[in-house]
Amino acid sequence: MAEPATATQAAAPAVPQLKDELDIVIPTIRNLDFLEMWRPFFQPYHLIIVQDGDPSKTIKVPDGFDYELYNRNDINRILGPKASCISFKDSACRCFGYMVSKKKYIFTIDDDCFVAKDPSGKAINALEQHIKNLLSPSTPFFFNTLYDPFRDGADFVRGYPFSLREGVPTAVSHGLWLNIPDYDAPTQLVKPLERNTRFVDAVLTIPKGTLFPMCGMNLAFDRELIGPAMYFGLMGDGQPIGRYDDMWAGWCTKVICDHLGLGVKTGLPYIYHSKASNPFVNLRKEYKGIFWQEEIIPFFQQTVLPKDCTTVQKCYIELAKQVKEKLSKVDPYFDKLAEAMVTWIEAWDELNPTGSSVTNGKAK
Amino acid sequence: MSLSIKDHEIDIVIGALRSDLTSFMSEWRPIFSRFHLIIVKDPDLKEELKIPEGFNLDVYKKPDIDCVVGTSTSTIFSGYSCRYFGYLVSRKKYIISVDDDCYPAKDNKGILVDAVAQHITNLTTPATPFFFNTLYDPFTEGADFVRGYPFSLRSGVQCALSCGLWLNLADYDAPTQALKPEERNSRYVDAVLTVPARSLMPISGINIAFNREVIGPALLPSLRLGGEGKFRWETMEDIWSGMCVKVACDHLGLGVKTGMPYVWRNDRGDAIASLRKEWEGVKLMEEVVPFFQSVRLPREATTTEDCVAEVANVVKEQLGSKDPIFARAAKAMVDWVMLWKSVGSSTSSPGA
Repeated sequence: MAEPATATQAAAPAVPQLKDELDIVIPTIRNLDFLEMWRPFFQPYHLIIVQDGDPSKTIKVPDGFDYELYNRNDINRILGPKASCISFKDSACRCFGYMVSKKKYIFTIDDDCFVAKDPSGKAINALEQHIKNLLSPSTPFFFNTLYDPFRDGADFVRGYPFSLREGVPTAVSHGLWLNIPDYDAPTQLVKPLERNTRFVDAVLTIPKGTLFPMCGMNLAFDRELIGPAMYFGLMGDGQPIGRYDDMWAGWCTKVICDHLGLGVKTGLPYIYHSKASNPFVNLRKEYKGIFWQEEIIPFFQQTVLPKDCTTVQKCYIELAKQVKEKLSKVDPYFDKLAEAMVTWIEAWDELNPTGSSVTNGKAK
Repeated sequence: MSLSIKDHEIDIVIGALRSDLTSFMSEWRPIFSRFHLIIVKDPDLKEELKIPEGFNLDVYKKPDIDCVVGTSTSTIFSGYSCRYFGYLVSRKKYIISVDDDCYPAKDNKGILVDAVAQHITNLTTPATPFFFNTLYDPFTEGADFVRGYPFSLRSGVQCALSCGLWLNLADYDAPTQALKPEERNSRYVDAVLTVPARSLMPISGINIAFNREVIGPALLPSLRLGGEGKFRWETMEDIWSGMCVKVACDHLGLGVKTGMPYVWRNDRGDAIASLRKEWEGVKLMEEVVPFFQSVRLPREATTTEDCVAEVANVVKEQLGSKDPIFARAAKAMVDWVMLWKSVGSSTSSPGA
């Protein structure tokens, strides 16, 4: 039975890596009590809190954290009419935090995620593992059967071409969850008691050309490499769909990473996910998504980005164009979404004027 | 073990490159003893095989191999390739094959891993090659498909091949092992996952299992290094065969899984000594991988034999001129399909 860690103090690293290069983005409507548990691992870092819901409510941030906090009024003020692309009453609003950050790396975590324990009982510093994942190369062109070859105690297996062993830069590190797994509503309804107790000691690169469901609960990425692709879509209030924000960002991100020759890793680190959301509420949010994704997935699988899309922004604008062309027939929502995607890029470029269109990748 | 699988549907094929199999068989006895075993002796091995009593097995040695395929053909079964003879003569649905220097491993809880049971579970539950599930095998106890996984893809496809892993001496190439002589794999990763469609990987022959009826002909002896030797560091035959299998599976809509079960692979040989022999293989992979990544099989190839024949064709056309080893491999693949048709049992059924 998975349990969260309690003694995290001893596990804090002596020198927090990337302390001045990484922001932690947390969406919240409740409170930030969970930060107490993360304190030894998070305190050295700057936090960006994106407050969803009623802006007149005050979110108390535990003492000792360096943070900036944005509520809906702030988002409206900063973005003006472009604020329409940021979701309201949905944790998708977190992507506003990515946009205003000035750092190279982002780690985002939900406020019901706690420190997990590894099988030896040791508290897992999820941030440290994400940093390791991001700072070591990915290997999307050929699958390594011993998983991440850059981890201690592992390497490339026999038959792995030497010319591919340098790998490519890692743009995304997707972590996993012990205890409450990230299931959709139908699965939650069928298996309300299922808990993820399996600690899989692996990090692996998701191969090029393969899509995956990206969960935003425990996620880190290189903002300079892929930031503009991490738009979490139009969800929540006034929208026909919810709980597909991170999915949407993940499909866009993966297609663009594949095009630009960037890597996406998944696996460690684990966090302890404590709160199971109400499956009936979830079902109403996801309902349309469950049908729509049958069209959305083939769309992303077949998307080809032209060679002259050499930056993330160009790729994203092109994707928005294709969404409008090909997915509008599924539902007018996609028309709105395509427009919001363009608005997002415009807002991103406004808030991040210099150097933000540089990428290490090569258009394929 | 799945209740629907009968023990008599399984053959365990062991290629014997060492003569004294006593400790190997004794260690595997608790797991192997209920099954039929096919032991194929490397035709180049001079000493008599030593096999303990109490197993239900058939042993094939050079004279037997000569008898079935003829003395000129029997050379293709030299060294590690001897196991392919076992695949050829088997009449069972499932084959599990482990190198003779591998022993049962223990999992993280110290419990002996039943590699056969795990391989069979892998082969008899669906694979999911079209979309990656972040919680790995969704059909395993305590796991499922995650949010965002399309429902239409949740029934999966038939799994044709199960690739296991190795604790202790991992399947590294000679340069890697020579550089890190002390490195031993102690990380037990508690997962099975489907290798996505169109993603290629080095499929090691050390610990595999497959559905012979569906994919049998694609596991084949064809690429033989000039200096091929009696250590895995000195071969690429399984890697080549594995590429053919993966390309065929992707084309036929079949799945390939990797991960558990683990076996414990004993230290054997000297990586530095093998360096010179394997270097040829290392260089060849630079051609082999881009080649297989570019192979597209025609729609008319609807059986595994068709796929193998097509791949052989393309190998001959595109790689044959680059190195005679490829021309020979292509011919060997064509010969294998014919051999499979004449000696092997029922031809494979079209992919799922």
